[in-house]
Amino acid sequence: MENKLYVSPSPHIHGGDSISKNMYGVLIALVPAFLVSLYCFGLGALIVTAAAVVFCVLFEYLIQKFLMKKEPTICDGSAILTGVLLAFNVPSNLPIWIIAIGSLAAIGIGKMSFGGLGNNIFNPALTGRIFLLISFPAQMTTWPEVGQLTTYADATTGATVLSLLNEGALDKMPTLCDMFLGKMGGSLGEVSALALLLGMVYMLWKKIITWHIPVSIFATVFVFTGIMHLVNPAQYASPLVHLLSGGLMLGAIFMATDYVTSPMSKSGMIVYGIGIGILTTVIRLFGSYPEGMSFAIFIMNGVTPLINSYMKPKHFGGK
Amino acid sequence: MLRTFRIGGIHPPENKLSAGKKITALAAPKQVIIPLSQHIGAPAQAVVKKGDLVKVGTLIAKAGGFVSANIHSSVSGKVNKIDNALDASGYRRPAIYIDVEGDEWEETIDRSETLVKDCTLSSKEIVDKIAAAGIVGLGGATFPTQVKLMPPPGSKAEIIIINAVECEPYLTSDHSLMMEKGEQILVGVSLLMKAVNVNKAVIGIENNKPDAIAHLTKLAASYSGIEIMPLKVQYPQGGEKQLIDAVIRRQVKSGALPISAGAVVQNVGTAYAVYEAVQKNKPLFERVVTVTGKAVANPSNLLVRMGTPINDLIEAAGGIPENTGKIIGGGPMMGKALISAEVPVTKGSSGVLLLTKEESVRKPMQDCIRCAKCVNVCPMGLNPAFLMKYTVYKDWDLAEANYIQDCIECGSCSYTCPANRPLLDYIRSGKGKVMGIIRSRKS
Repeated sequence: MENKLYVSPSPHIHGGDSISKNMYGVLIALVPAFLVSLYCFGLGALIVTAAAVVFCVLFEYLIQKFLMKKEPTICDGSAILTGVLLAFNVPSNLPIWIIAIGSLAAIGIGKMSFGGLGNNIFNPALTGRIFLLISFPAQMTTWPEVGQLTTYADATTGATVLSLLNEGALDKMPTLCDMFLGKMGGSLGEVSALALLLGMVYMLWKKIITWHIPVSIFATVFVFTGIMHLVNPAQYASPLVHLLSGGLMLGAIFMATDYVTSPMSKSGMIVYGIGIGILTTVIRLFGSYPEGMSFAIFIMNGVTPLINSYMKPKHFGGK
Repeated sequence: MLRTFRIGGIHPPENKLSAGKKITALAAPKQVIIPLSQHIGAPAQAVVKKGDLVKVGTLIAKAGGFVSANIHSSVSGKVNKIDNALDASGYRRPAIYIDVEGDEWEETIDRSETLVKDCTLSSKEIVDKIAAAGIVGLGGATFPTQVKLMPPPGSKAEIIIINAVECEPYLTSDHSLMMEKGEQILVGVSLLMKAVNVNKAVIGIENNKPDAIAHLTKLAASYSGIEIMPLKVQYPQGGEKQLIDAVIRRQVKSGALPISAGAVVQNVGTAYAVYEAVQKNKPLFERVVTVTGKAVANPSNLLVRMGTPINDLIEAAGGIPENTGKIIGGGPMMGKALISAEVPVTKGSSGVLLLTKEESVRKPMQDCIRCAKCVNVCPMGLNPAFLMKYTVYKDWDLAEANYIQDCIECGSCSYTCPANRPLLDYIRSGKGKVMGIIRSRKS
């Protein structure tokens, strides 16, 4: 033996967890939803997802290498995840140049302008999505109909559940079962509640997330829309329709649980989840946008530092 | 369902390589180096000088204050010198060097193996004997035992809780002691109960030692008031506050002593030392030390005289492996990395762990992603990520308001962090600073 020993403070062992393990874990959890999107939207889903991932990773690499002048960390999986989540939040016929702009907004503005992973206030994929929604409202709100497997940009578009709701066209709604499985229009990753819930179960099992954020969002939306439905069933759809439609599942399970932009204590997570649930419902029921999940999460991302400073973890021996 | 503490916790790989190995006595070395600071509190003061002849068990240093402990010679021979010596802390501090000649014990020590169950001493006499024998907490905290047995005025002990969880990975010294000295431990527990005048004691043992649980449960049937409680395996259950929470479902408040929850907690090894001191007149000069590591040829549980160089223990376990990167005094979670294998065994040495070079290197730190995994595992309900940040920014007010001083330094946060952040390194230094501020405010 060389006559040299390592000396460092305790602990001397590490559990082996890593940022990339968590990021790739989330990506694995997104596989069922991706498979459903391929089944529903075929070529379009593949092109949009691949484009978003390539652009996000590329922009992250270029910005880290040439603007920030540090070692690129594209292998940690976070840029890939941002790309996949961005793709899941847009229609499957979105032109590639718009995806490139969205990726630049997500990585450049949403993440790197704050200093990179861990320092951003807002979820990068969400930043990209909202940037696109405001910049390209027409392209972002016309969704192809399910089942056109070999088309991409020229797919026939149709209405989504929430746009039908917003127009008051309750009679054209798909059945709850179709909504649960994914036979409805929408952004490419959000259509199947079943696939997204499978992803949630996987992440809970792997301890990547805890139940607090998604469950409190589901509960709040269910209760809030349930009350409104009871008050006026003709105007307000049933709470199950709200839970299964739009980006609620995708947002609650994969976007709101983003580590960096969500609170750290359990009580804080619940407050954050309730806030997202209330804001989403308010925007859906009373706002001019049919969907409110993105904005709700975005707003609560901004409130997270405040929640962190008021909602502390339960202290040993405390009240 | 098995009990455990209710906030946080982790379950690192147990790696109890030396489990089931019999305790073997290690012969005294040629020279022992006995540090005067082997306990928390004031260093002991030497009562021997160069050239003095001592026997095994001779008092060589007297307690240097209320919170301090006597120290006895672990060998017979001649005092070579009193000089600074490198100890586990990494500093050179005063120690007594004794050259070993023969193995002659003080006549007062009962060296027979017969079990002495009965004790007619009063509470005070028991405590005095414990103090005279220089017993300290053998779990690693090394707090002088007699001090814990004298509750401050106004507080009353209701229960003795014996810490036999041995939650640190690798270590098996307590486990082996329970298997081989079960009766003695139970007598020791009875003595502790008598010392603080309670009629109930619980020995908490983690469920990964079913043989020890079965063995002690069988023996405890003939001792009144002693219950064996199997606990769910969870680190850091050996933490005093965590163990109290697990066993009696009470959480000691921030800054309060365990006695405020009515509990006196003692390590199982301490209970054995109490038996030997009170019933056999044997002061604390030897202890069981686990020598272990994945590359160690022969992981063992050794009965070692205090002051024996760690090197001798490693030799007895098959020598130092080729690719050793780190030598740890204690377990992997809370032990201290030693800067040399010449460091002597002291009262707090529960184990010697050799890590390979690959196991010794920390991975590079990344930015915090606020995943809150450290929050989820912190057994004190703190936010380690924020405490580290407050320390970096030297914001001592916020650090104190967020209870940095409550950190028990278990290391669960650093162990868990996916970004490999050295959370505990920072928190430990911030805690030291804040404790200093709190002390200066009081005085």
